Amino acid sequence: MKRDLLQLFYLLSAILFVMGLRGLSHPRTARRGMFLAEAGMLLAIVGSLLHHEIIDYKWIVAGLILGTLIGAPLAIWIPMTAVPQRTALSHSFGALAASLIGISEYYRHGAALGSVRVGVIGVEVMLGSLTFTGSLMAAGKLQGLIRGYPITYRGQNIFNLSILAGMLGLIVALMFVPSSTAAFYSMVGLAFFFGVMLILPIGAADMPVVIALLNSYAGLTDAAMGFMLDNKIQIITGSLDGSSGFILSILMCRAMNRSITNVLFGAFGKVEQEPAGLLEGKKPIRQCSIEEAAEILGTSRSIVFVPGYGMAVSQAQHRVREVADVLKSKGVQVRYGIHAVAGRMPGHMNVLLAEANVPYDELYDMDQINSYFPETDVAVVVGANDVVNPAAKRERGSPIYGMPILEVERAKVVIVCKRSLNPGFAGIDNELYYNDNTLMLFGDAKDTMVKLTAALKA
Amino acid sequence: MIDLGLIGDLYVFVLAGFLGYQVISRVSPLLHTPLMSATNAISGISLVGSLVVAGAGYNKVSTALGFIAVTASTINVVGGFLITDRILKMFRSAGPGVAGREGQKALESGDK
Repeated sequence: MKRDLLQLFYLLSAILFVMGLRGLSHPRTARRGMFLAEAGMLLAIVGSLLHHEIIDYKWIVAGLILGTLIGAPLAIWIPMTAVPQRTALSHSFGALAASLIGISEYYRHGAALGSVRVGVIGVEVMLGSLTFTGSLMAAGKLQGLIRGYPITYRGQNIFNLSILAGMLGLIVALMFVPSSTAAFYSMVGLAFFFGVMLILPIGAADMPVVIALLNSYAGLTDAAMGFMLDNKIQIITGSLDGSSGFILSILMCRAMNRSITNVLFGAFGKVEQEPAGLLEGKKPIRQCSIEEAAEILGTSRSIVFVPGYGMAVSQAQHRVREVADVLKSKGVQVRYGIHAVAGRMPGHMNVLLAEANVPYDELYDMDQINSYFPETDVAVVVGANDVVNPAAKRERGSPIYGMPILEVERAKVVIVCKRSLNPGFAGIDNELYYNDNTLMLFGDAKDTMVKLTAALKA
Repeated sequence: MIDLGLIGDLYVFVLAGFLGYQVISRVSPLLHTPLMSATNAISGISLVGSLVVAGAGYNKVSTALGFIAVTASTINVVGGFLITDRILKMFRSAGPGVAGREGQKALESGDK
């Protein structure tokens, strides 16, 4: 009877989780939604603490306290630029938990499990272990502890695929001989190793996809843990989490015009050998001074800012918003055009701008903003490069050909705020800089914005 | 014994997947980052499985693994919800009165 009661608790939690996620369809309802999800979580935890098998609360309480002591500061004090790392780290913690519980299950029951259960545990532990090390690698790359560029070698894909085949082979072998601890622990070791090898060839530019993909794996791991323990709430949340990560991966891939296989096996973030400065010699660029830029901005009626990760790197988002404030006080309409892969994880740029007190109704995604550019007086590109490169539309040979871009060149004037003419992340020259309606405003983004504000106020 | 439990679990998994697809598709692209941290927090539900292993006293190894699992899951639950709320608090509308917002902004930037 008590078991049924617990299941009812879980059902209620599942409903609250779904309602919580639904709240995220609009910023207005989002926080309320999260309170529902938190209530659901509390309910599930309290319900589980009443589980009949628990005889000793010592280690449970210790774990809860230690987890809170680590988790809370991590969430409260990290800067918003580090949210992608934290997210990756969090995937790895979840996966670690799942992996360890799976190992514990096998350790406890061993051969008594029978082939089906052992197969389930095998898959669960494999997913958990590879997601654990893979997410740690991703976090390390994002934090800059591991160098961001892709590490590739000959036969990499074949090597990785054979590890995968090896793990699956061991799981099948375990189903025939459930008592083979050697097979089980070799599989665990291989899975830890595989997670590392999987992320090595992926470059920093592809991190938005990778994080979303690892999110999906973490969800699947959670669901597999639910299968293993026959726990419905974990299956439901794992499935929700998994589909969320899956949808985000697809959206990110679409934003870069790449397929998931291409991200995983393509090693894109590597700098292409296209000669930099291909166009530089042929066409002149037009430069402008701070005063000229201020003059143009001050006399315009509508402006779209296009921020890229370069802006976040130099922490210029507050300064951009100050420029926008002065312009708005002069009656200029200000919008922000956000490319889906402008940040280091899905939606990251929106968060960085929201932190700088940019109201969310001024943030437009690519499809929305592209229809506004023809009627926009000035598009100001700050620290973005590839996402505004017209070569994506025109040049078949370009590595970014087909990637949807923000069509800034359709605005009357484009001001590009950039440190130098160096090509961006993907190492591709940008013909936008040589257009007749483009003005280059060279300098550090933050510095330039401060000077612009001063010039506009003068 | 044929494991009918697994089939039932499969039903739940597949249907929850469809539900997830519908719900997540409607999430505003503005909020994709908090969506991720929220699903992180929710997937900390692995805590409920870990609790039992940490507290049931099966054997020393299981208890130790359970303890680590409880810790790791708690990090996700606590950290995930805290940072989601921290992010969501930053999303503000321009609101009806622009003048009012300027005042509010001045106040907020004063804080920093």
